[in-house]
Amino acid sequence: MTGYMETTQESARDKLVGEKERHVKANARDYNDKFSYADNHIKTSKYNVLTFLPINLFEQFQRVANAYFLVLLILQLIPEISSLSWFTTIVPLVLVLVITAVKDATDDYFRHKSDQQVNNRQSQVLIGGSLQNEKWMNVRVGDIIKLENNQFVAADILLLCSSEPYGLCYIETAELDGETNLKVRQALTVTSDLEDITKLMDFDGEVICEPPNNKLDTFIGTLYWRDNKHPLDNEKMLLRGCVLRNTEWCFGMVIFAGLQTKLMQNCGRTQFKRTSIDKLMNTLVLWIFAFLICMGVILAIGNTILESWSGRNFQVFLPLDEFQNSAVFSGFLTFWSYIIILNTVVPISLYVSVEVLRLGHSYFINWDWKMYYSQTDTAAEARTTTLNEELGQVEFIFSDKTGTLTQNIMVFRKCSINGQTYGDVYDEFERKVEITEKTACVDFSFNALCDRSFKFYDGSLVEAIKLEDPAAQEFFRLLALCHTVMPEEKSEGHLVYQAQSPDEGALVTAARNFGFVFRARTPETITLCEMGRAVTYQLLAILDFNNVRKRMSVIVRNSQGQIKLYSKGADTIIFDRLDPSSEELMYTTSEHLSEFAGEGLRTLALAYKDLDEDYLDVWMKKLLFASTVIENREDQLAVLYEEIEQDLKLLGATAIEDKLQEGVPETIACLNLADIKIWVLTGDKLETAMNIGYSCNMLRDDMNEVFVISGHTLLEVQQQLRSANEHILGLSRVGSAGDEKANMLADDSVFEETIIAEYALIINGHSLAYAMEPQLEHVLLDLACLCKTVICCRVTPMQKAQVVELVKRHKRAITLAIGDGANDVSMIKTAHIGVGISGQEGMQAVLASDYSFAQFRYLRRLLLVHGRWSYFRMCNFLCYFFYKNFAFTLVHFWYGFFCGFSAQTVYDQWFITLFNIVYTSLPVLAMGLFDQDVNDQNSLRYPSLYKPGQQNLLFNKRQFFLCTLQGMGTSCLLFFVPYGAFSVLVKEDGSHFSDQQAFAVTIATSLVIVTSVQIGLDTHYWTAINHFFIWGSLTVYFAVLFAMQSDGMFGVFSSIFPFIGAARNCLSEKSVWLVILLTTVVCVVPSLAVSFLRVDLFPTLTDKVRHLQRFRNKQGPQEQNLRRVRRTSSRRSAYAFSHQQGYGELITSGKNMKESTVSSACSPGRTPHSPTWIENMLKRKNEVSCISDERTGAPERSSRAERFNSTPTGLNLSLTNR
Amino acid sequence: MGKGKGKSGPLARRPDNSAFKQQRLPAWSPMLTANTVLPFFYFMALICMLLGVWLLLTVQSTQEVKMDYTEAGTCDKCFEKRKNASNAAQTCSCTVGFNIKKALKGDVFFYYGLQNFHQNLRRYMDSRDDAQMVGKKRNLKNPSSYCKPFNMDQKGLPIAPCGAVANSIFNDSFTLHYLGSGGPVQVPLLRKGITWYTDKNVKYRNPTTENMTLVQVFNGTARPLYWQKPVYELDLLDSTNNGFINDDLIVWMREAAFPNFKKLYGVLYRANKPFTNGLPAGNYSIDISYNFPVQYFQGRKEVVLTTLTWFGGQNHFLPVAYLVTSCLILLIAVVLTVAWYKFGKNRKSMDE
Repeated sequence: MTGYMETTQESARDKLVGEKERHVKANARDYNDKFSYADNHIKTSKYNVLTFLPINLFEQFQRVANAYFLVLLILQLIPEISSLSWFTTIVPLVLVLVITAVKDATDDYFRHKSDQQVNNRQSQVLIGGSLQNEKWMNVRVGDIIKLENNQFVAADILLLCSSEPYGLCYIETAELDGETNLKVRQALTVTSDLEDITKLMDFDGEVICEPPNNKLDTFIGTLYWRDNKHPLDNEKMLLRGCVLRNTEWCFGMVIFAGLQTKLMQNCGRTQFKRTSIDKLMNTLVLWIFAFLICMGVILAIGNTILESWSGRNFQVFLPLDEFQNSAVFSGFLTFWSYIIILNTVVPISLYVSVEVLRLGHSYFINWDWKMYYSQTDTAAEARTTTLNEELGQVEFIFSDKTGTLTQNIMVFRKCSINGQTYGDVYDEFERKVEITEKTACVDFSFNALCDRSFKFYDGSLVEAIKLEDPAAQEFFRLLALCHTVMPEEKSEGHLVYQAQSPDEGALVTAARNFGFVFRARTPETITLCEMGRAVTYQLLAILDFNNVRKRMSVIVRNSQGQIKLYSKGADTIIFDRLDPSSEELMYTTSEHLSEFAGEGLRTLALAYKDLDEDYLDVWMKKLLFASTVIENREDQLAVLYEEIEQDLKLLGATAIEDKLQEGVPETIACLNLADIKIWVLTGDKLETAMNIGYSCNMLRDDMNEVFVISGHTLLEVQQQLRSANEHILGLSRVGSAGDEKANMLADDSVFEETIIAEYALIINGHSLAYAMEPQLEHVLLDLACLCKTVICCRVTPMQKAQVVELVKRHKRAITLAIGDGANDVSMIKTAHIGVGISGQEGMQAVLASDYSFAQFRYLRRLLLVHGRWSYFRMCNFLCYFFYKNFAFTLVHFWYGFFCGFSAQTVYDQWFITLFNIVYTSLPVLAMGLFDQDVNDQNSLRYPSLYKPGQQNLLFNKRQFFLCTLQGMGTSCLLFFVPYGAFSVLVKEDGSHFSDQQAFAVTIATSLVIVTSVQIGLDTHYWTAINHFFIWGSLTVYFAVLFAMQSDGMFGVFSSIFPFIGAARNCLSEKSVWLVILLTTVVCVVPSLAVSFLRVDLFPTLTDKVRHLQRFRNKQGPQEQNLRRVRRTSSRRSAYAFSHQQGYGELITSGKNMKESTVSSACSPGRTPHSPTWIENMLKRKNEVSCISDERTGAPERSSRAERFNSTPTGLNLSLTNR
Repeated sequence: MGKGKGKSGPLARRPDNSAFKQQRLPAWSPMLTANTVLPFFYFMALICMLLGVWLLLTVQSTQEVKMDYTEAGTCDKCFEKRKNASNAAQTCSCTVGFNIKKALKGDVFFYYGLQNFHQNLRRYMDSRDDAQMVGKKRNLKNPSSYCKPFNMDQKGLPIAPCGAVANSIFNDSFTLHYLGSGGPVQVPLLRKGITWYTDKNVKYRNPTTENMTLVQVFNGTARPLYWQKPVYELDLLDSTNNGFINDDLIVWMREAAFPNFKKLYGVLYRANKPFTNGLPAGNYSIDISYNFPVQYFQGRKEVVLTTLTWFGGQNHFLPVAYLVTSCLILLIAVVLTVAWYKFGKNRKSMDE
């Protein structure tokens, strides 16, 4: 999927303007070509060999700085105003252009490569009566293509038929929405039997559907075939980016291709991200430009005045050309001449140097082996090289949950069986042992069918099983029977479970390892392998899960003929339905549940019930009846389920760990200390999200209040937001009632910061859609910023982006989005900085991201170490750079007053050419690359060090002003000290010495020395490289100086090197060195004194840590002692199934069974296969899909309203959770 | 990045754990602490003080006599005469007398000085052709366009040396007389060896002669407009001091950085009495061939007689500047010490 995201989709969008409706006819390329739909070719590259030079140059000259230098170059070619030779500008300019061009060319080369890779993927297309292999890019709209198992879907296609019965097929949508569980798609019944190629060839249906859009979850269209109309919806579409799973093959018809696919449409426009420093720099360059013009005007006025007063008199010696005969005109020319001379205040090498720095910083990120994850062999990667310093200014982090905070792996951790807990390991002194990698895990070798990756540490449970403890057996039997998992036995004993939610998979896997192996299922039976014996249970009914019931049950008949109901569900729900005999056990179990929850585990309670045959018969009849009624079927079924799920006997409870990624709570705690606000935006359900919130320590029991916003109307949401807001403000007011100041500040933003109480805000996708309306967004934002934790659940990818956008727009803060799935792409692209976790869910997020690494915990290092350093270095670099250029250039300004404003340069032209790019570039680059104020360990240990970046303290307009002021001061001293000395200076042999060349050499030498000393003072971390560059630059300066003023050079190019011998004669004089020494001292001493005073009187945290570090270094490095974050939490039992309702029916209907697995024991007398069942099931499924549309396709107000009417009233949860 | 290194195995992409890549290069991280900064300031103050005092003492031993002769003595009539450009070709001589109260001991240097003459105007400075003056034949006949309008004379002959700088050469000449007890004695001045070695031997060369006389070499060129004599006859006494390598020309061509400047005219020749020890005290007079017009630009002309030390003439700027700097640094040092001692949070709060 490389390169998907980087597309600019303008071309596709242009075509869209006209498209109101899409007509696609199968197997009719000629017909479809009329509409000129986008083909499946994807292009993200910008240039080709021929267009590279013109386009790249055009782009480069769009940069203000480059264009400016081009203009200067042109100005310099006009002899009347050319005060500098052409080479002074063209040498740096060419250098800059070449470096940038090389970089752009490399980037584009890689884009070409990735485009090619995607475009050249093979797919099988039905052309001319046979399947032919075609490259992806040659697939066209209307083609019928064949997909095989585990293949990526090449375009958005309409499913026609598949290898599975009823035209079902399974897809994984990880690339699209980040969910790894399988989803079912079903072809239209009329097309599902087009199973052989001839039939498909004859298929000539026409699809009329919506134009390309970015809604992943809706599709509206109609298939016209054989004079019939068939409605199409999203359940019949396979979108580009999905992967076909568990389905041998399927055929589909291409509806949208290439850039018009929903995936590509969803990618959002690639924005060119600029850092805030970039923007500031642009502003500053404009300021400098204005300043430059001011100086030019001042000097031009000076020239005009001088010309009109006395300049005329000098014409005897220096006659003017005819056209220059007016003082004003002379001033005008002087203005341009000075613009040319003073152009170096706008530093040409600035942009290139900044690019180089960022590139270097990116490499350091790539090289950091503390951000390397050995298990997946992934190193951190800076995919964008232009944003590094912004990593040091992040204020908001938007994080995805699944795969980012969590590993998306569920692990069976503990259980409570019949009042006895299992799962903890104790040592010989009855003390709890912390479970680590090294802890010995239980040996499951007695069980041939066990899953080797399953780990459990408490041996006593296996003992209990082996001792045939009835409760334990029943417990695992329940787990093995009561679920909707599909088994797949590829070879004997090699079982793979396909679970709709990882929770279920974990439970069934646990049962499997403890000797209750779920091996096979048919619509009516479940085959287990209990402690090595094959046992078949008759499956009488599945009482399916839904969000209201929060439980599921199965009714089975075992081989002895006993009928049992097994139920698992949320503890509160199960406990309500217990038989009084279980009361005592309930209290014990309840305690255990609290304990489990306290450890951040997700719990379920398990219960069973014996049923007698007669009762069941009656009940089954009622069920059959209820399932055929048309009106209120749902409600009637619910009543029936409720009726039978009574007087349950408690078995125990399970505790599953939604495994957090390593170090997540610590990382979050640490980032919180750095004043970074973390918002979790997840597509998950409210309960799951809250659970994770608690286990990440983002939500805590000691929080004052956790607001849950889940309204269905604008008004409701508004009210909830308002009341929450008032609650916080009101409480704080009460809390500080005595303090008048607090009241005054009540509405101030400062006040926000002063709230000590901790609040959390949880808002679901629906409410968010309302809350993001213009009239509410401020309320939402205010509230969210008052809260310490914000969790948005059930949000769509677009909403994620909108939330980020909202904060970006109103808060003027740097935002960072981190996620791992394709559903995070929009958010990653919207945020200032996007970070991708290269985890299990495909590569979409990584490809769209600016930075990627394998584990969430590396974020801490990325921000607190790399980001902070980058920011610090960049700021220091910029300060110094502006200082340097001002000191260098303004000397000309002062000289203007002494040379009759004639635009005479002070320095040798070669010095002007080389100063920025040779004499001073490397030391400042070395500083910008290697400087460290505080080492990485301390950066991590003191997260507060991060705050200056957020407050923009190190480089802002004030800092800029100060450093330019320093530059001006330096230039002034640089000029006037030698001026004072030179007016009276004489060479030792008496030859006069006050000539311009000697003056130039003296000032140039002083300048190079002063800037070198200054960079030395600004460098905090002197590595060998710094030494080499600083001393090297000085050496190079003198070497070049003498070389350029040598006899040989003059002999060859007499007019280009007129400074022959100046350096030799000048620098051999002691008096000159006295001048240089004096200049250096007076230039450096003030800034040294000021920095000393600042460190001494107003030490920042950085200074303190540096101080500490010095002492530490003397004592030797200390082991870093990270506080372990304590998890405290209340009991949260969540029925954390993320699968949709309806799977139970799917199973009992047998529709998803492959023919081979459906056992022949299928009793013909039973009715579930009757058409009513199938219709019911389909109807239900449609409903479900409609609901899932609703959850994601937020903007469609009207359809939502309908649904509200059709769903059970008043239960927010059921609505929001679907 | 670890890419393309041909590594394989489970940890193929693991970055190198080198000090450079992990940013752990051994480094010296200096801090501005009182222990280093304060002594440094006192030390700098001391150094500057010592240098200042030393320079001041040295300067005290030099002597300088300055005389503005623009309208002094009998030169006022020449001054008036030069006001009228039509008289430019006419010669005018005048004499100025002055008195040296204290003998100038050692080598005495004779400078002429100009005030308010902008040798540093851009167009003026550019108006020269170094390639011509280094003796390149092609450039001799084809002066650079920078020399305009002094590149060709009215007849279209190339001017050598071309350009405004050469054209405006300072053409006053001086004869210094010592009016001692034994009647006026001409003070002998060395008029050669007053340029930089590199200028005389590298930067300015006459076109290669190949058995031709200088006159022949310069044949086909015109003298600069304001000049009375051609370039090959600048020094009638010394044939090797003619053409582009004439000392006076070279001195003039080294353009001054500021509008007020002085240039070396000659050095006292101390072989004979009474000048073996320098210039004795007494009355002197200078005969001036007054040619250079300064009234156009409100300029002044002067003559300077001075003795030198190792760092130049009577230069009070450097010693004073050093002393002032020294005092300022000392002041800063004291302020810093007080600030550090009284208010410094350094020692206390650093340990937080």
